[in-house]
Amino acid sequence: MKAFEYVRPSTIREAIELVATNPKAQFIAGGTNLIDLMKHGIAAPEKLVDINHLPLKKIEKRDDFLRIGALVLNSEVASHKRVLASHPLLAQALNAGASGQLRNMATVGGNLLQRTRCPYFYDRAFPCNKRIPGSGCGALGGINRMHAIFGVPEKPDPKSCIAVHPSDLSVALSALEATVLVQGHRGERQIPMADFYRLPNNRPEQDTTLSNGELITAVEIPDAVFQKHVHYLKVRDRASYAFALVSVAAALDIDQNRIKTARLSMGGVAHKPWRLFDAEKMLTGQAVSETVFRQAAEAAMQGARAFEHNAYKLRVAPNAIVQALKLAAGLS
Amino acid sequence: MANAHLRPAEPEPSLNRVDGRLKVTGAATYSAEYPFDNLAHAVLITSTIAKGRIANINAKPAEAAPGVLAVISHKNTPGVPAYPPVKQPAERAPIGTAFRVFYDELIYFSGQPVAMVVAQTLEQAQHAASLVEIDYQTETHQTDFVANRSTAAIAVNVQRNKTSPFQDYDRGDPDALPSAEVKLEATYTIPTQHHQPLEPHAIIAVWEADDKLTVYDKNQGVKSAQGNLAQAFKLPREQVKVNAQFIGGAFGSGIRVWPHTVAAVLAAKQVKRPVKLVLGRELMFTSVGYRPFTVQKIAMGATKTGILTAITHEGTGQTSAYEEHLERTILATRAMYACLNVSTRYRLLNLDVNTPTWMRGPGDATGMFALESALDELAFALQLDPLELRLRNHADADPERNLPWSAKSLKECYRIGAEEFGWKNRKPEPRSMQADGLLVGYGMASSLYGFHRHPSKAKAVMQADGSVVIQSATMDIGPGTGTAMTQIAARILGVSPKKIRFDLGDSSLPDAPGQNGSATIPSVGSAVHDACKALKNKLLILGASMPGSILSSAWPDEIVIKNGRIYPNAESRSSVLYTDILKYHKLPQVEMTEESKSGPERDQYSMYSFGCHFVEVHVSPVTGEVRVKRVVTCADVGKIINYKTARSQSIGGVVGGIGMALMEESVMDHRYGRYVTSDFASYHIPVHADIPQIEVFFVDQPDVHVNPIGAKGLGEIAIVGVAAAVANAVFHATGKRVRELPITVDKLV
Ligand SMILES: Cc1cc2nc3c(=O)[nH]c(=O)nc-3n(C[C@H](O)[C@H](O)[C@H](O)COP(=O)(O)OP(=O)(O)OC[C@H]3O[C@@H](n4cnc5c(N)ncnc54)[C@H](O)[C@@H]3O)c2cc1C
Repeated sequence: MKAFEYVRPSTIREAIELVATNPKAQFIAGGTNLIDLMKHGIAAPEKLVDINHLPLKKIEKRDDFLRIGALVLNSEVASHKRVLASHPLLAQALNAGASGQLRNMATVGGNLLQRTRCPYFYDRAFPCNKRIPGSGCGALGGINRMHAIFGVPEKPDPKSCIAVHPSDLSVALSALEATVLVQGHRGERQIPMADFYRLPNNRPEQDTTLSNGELITAVEIPDAVFQKHVHYLKVRDRASYAFALVSVAAALDIDQNRIKTARLSMGGVAHKPWRLFDAEKMLTGQAVSETVFRQAAEAAMQGARAFEHNAYKLRVAPNAIVQALKLAAGLS
Repeated sequence: MANAHLRPAEPEPSLNRVDGRLKVTGAATYSAEYPFDNLAHAVLITSTIAKGRIANINAKPAEAAPGVLAVISHKNTPGVPAYPPVKQPAERAPIGTAFRVFYDELIYFSGQPVAMVVAQTLEQAQHAASLVEIDYQTETHQTDFVANRSTAAIAVNVQRNKTSPFQDYDRGDPDALPSAEVKLEATYTIPTQHHQPLEPHAIIAVWEADDKLTVYDKNQGVKSAQGNLAQAFKLPREQVKVNAQFIGGAFGSGIRVWPHTVAAVLAAKQVKRPVKLVLGRELMFTSVGYRPFTVQKIAMGATKTGILTAITHEGTGQTSAYEEHLERTILATRAMYACLNVSTRYRLLNLDVNTPTWMRGPGDATGMFALESALDELAFALQLDPLELRLRNHADADPERNLPWSAKSLKECYRIGAEEFGWKNRKPEPRSMQADGLLVGYGMASSLYGFHRHPSKAKAVMQADGSVVIQSATMDIGPGTGTAMTQIAARILGVSPKKIRFDLGDSSLPDAPGQNGSATIPSVGSAVHDACKALKNKLLILGASMPGSILSSAWPDEIVIKNGRIYPNAESRSSVLYTDILKYHKLPQVEMTEESKSGPERDQYSMYSFGCHFVEVHVSPVTGEVRVKRVVTCADVGKIINYKTARSQSIGGVVGGIGMALMEESVMDHRYGRYVTSDFASYHIPVHADIPQIEVFFVDQPDVHVNPIGAKGLGEIAIVGVAAAVANAVFHATGKRVRELPITVDKLV
């Protein structure tokens, strides 16, 4: 680990200034991801701007949405009464992630910005386009059991990246069509979840559409009807404390056995939370049934592509979609 | 929650762990925690290529970094006196001949130490390590077991040793297999698995003088470490002191002295200060051995009624290019079942990797996964209950050595296990049992583990105040050695355990073997037994010689001792205190040292621990996720010294077996010859949520032939067979036979 400077600003403005004016400065919240990256020599900030004292720790009910401050802890969100009542999918997704100890440190903002767990990214002895653009993708011809099946290049090129985003929370937020509130040098922005993460394309080093120095201040989740019929299903290699092989956030609005609205998003399958727009469309207006769910899952899998070790995801993912929908609909 | 029933009823309350409070309050001092004023910190730099040579090392930027005391490599090492002075490449040495650290520019595996930075603080050393520039000249490496399998051969060290148990073995009629009524052949694969105890390996090396070395080193045998270091640095044994009082788990990773230990000793020599070296988690994957990738082919022949007529078992394990690691993989097959015609073959595959080592249940956990899976396959082919098949082939005597067993209650283990588990509720047809939309499977497997007893010494001291000190250079890597030994001593001496202190983990104590091969209770327990008995006799004689002593006319067999009070017989109300005896004789203390070892009984009996495991799994037909729902395990390991610590051993073994079966796998990218699973996020071991109710039973009958305490080893047998029981349960649940561990989602969906 390289020596670094540590500062603890007390205002949002100050914090943003410190990072926006210094490309080698970085925010730190819970530190559960950033410190690891620093130990591995993957992140080497010269200045750590500790944001833990900023006033971003509230969960507030606004007109027609819930606002969760960027510094609210993962465990606080997961056990918050209002969240449990109005957005239980969030709590399910959070509780499926990491461990109790980590959730007690991890913040909402940090969770969204955690980096991939691709082993080629984590070990500097390997090439990785996300870590060193242009060095190659170790996973493409290597061990890619954990890797993406959606949004991957048809023909791998030197800039490819097939890593997946590891956050469970972001999958639920994407299904719930949340908005990320950010504040930067030049003011505030609201970024819909669908635009927050990027596919690697030519710049795999860039996970999101944030610019340097932009601070996440909160996420806003519209009040919706997704209380009763939601389910977060996470398929993993052990019962807890493991990243998703495949995960599905399913939210349904069901009226008299008919689906009025469906929201589906997947984790562990792409460089970003993977919204299943086609499947959602197919489900809309349909009567609840396993057959319909199966058809939706098939539609969702269009365009999926496997590598040497992750073909099982092509089989697990549709099953997981059906299962999540069944559990959400109370069919199981 | 792990739960345990005691059967038969626990004969006396188990002593709680004597060091439990120290451990849970953090007062126990582990290797890396010894304080020194002028402690320096070392960080290893390891090779990023799997084969080739170091072309150049530029240490200048690191040497100029703040706090750096030295950058050590083959270019400037103070040198290990025992290494050959004329440079020669490492050859296929027998296991234990440690890799030569900082010896020359040759690279044998990815993760090999190539340089080391020593600095005032850990942070300075870490930073400077990132500044060392190393250029490699790479050569083509071979790390892929499957791709290189055809080059496997009989180990050179086996070829040299005609009496090696790893020689090709054939008994009976070679035609029995081809002519069998029912035949089965299958290949089973175990991936590389790592011990990964929670406490990483660590050492503090201190040169007290030019010819006097003390190390605080995480290992499983202070005496063998002492011998190894003395040999390496050409010092008289007594000039080397090894301390390893507390160990945070090891599972075999600490059986030998590894290169990093030698490196730290070199560093301390170079900077003339105590040096601390702690392996990071990622280095734990390439520095302290592992359970080797092993492929096994089993062929079986049986009659239609399920009598085994032939077994062949071929095992091939991986080892490094510079050392030959052998393990018991195929050996259990010769002794486990009453089968007349058995052949075994054992081969090694040298790859450009670091050397494997023994990991809990070494060889047997691997071999019994194959044998017990194959038996389950045979039972299915014969449409016979898997337990019934094992009963029909029960070996009443050792079929390999043609000797009676010293003791064997395997049938009783089967009976207890089956009954407590509810085996009779198993529907024979795979995929026939379900619960809550999940497939339910019942599986079982037998286990065995050889009896090991090594010469051991113990010293027992009665002090004037009536307290007792027992000493032996044995170890406690977690099972609770001190607790069991205290209990043995308390029983013999008739002294409250509270008055007994047991010292271990220090090379200056009386000779004892390292903690491995489940040998500690059988070996050291016997020595403690003998030493305490000798001490008691000496004290009784001294007591009887006091004028008018009530002991002078007592029959030795009738004497009863309670709380340090000696009664001539059970009815007597008058007594003599141990303290009175010492006081009368004006002795500050009385002590006895005894050595205890096996005798001719080793040639008269075949000695093993036996047991079995019953497992229920639930498998999601949708996602392929397997979760173990409950386990019943039963072992016959002779007399149980302490039920509580024994139960913990069994539970720990089952947990390890569940990890082995369902998740543990070190995956290598063979293009680089380097692991891609170098942390706990990717190398999965079970977490609490993976561990169900585990019920533990013991037969608890002393084996009167093995040693004076009637106790055999438990640590290893606790894991042997568990992976097969899980795999068999998965087959029963799903109808899918997974022969390649671990059994993960991708193999079931
Ligand atoms: C062993 C392990 C297992 C895990 N398992 C899971 C899992 O199963 N599922 C899962 O979802 N996650 C998992 N995690 C990841 C965990 O959720 C993240 O580490 C955590 O959420 C990060 O939050 P933090 O506050 O600690 O972020 P930090 O480490 O402090 O920061 C992470 C990044 O976000 C930036 N950042 C933080 N806050 C802000 C902000 N407000 N605005 C702008 N930038 C910001 C930092 O600069 C940094 O780049 C696991 C982590 C570990 C170590």
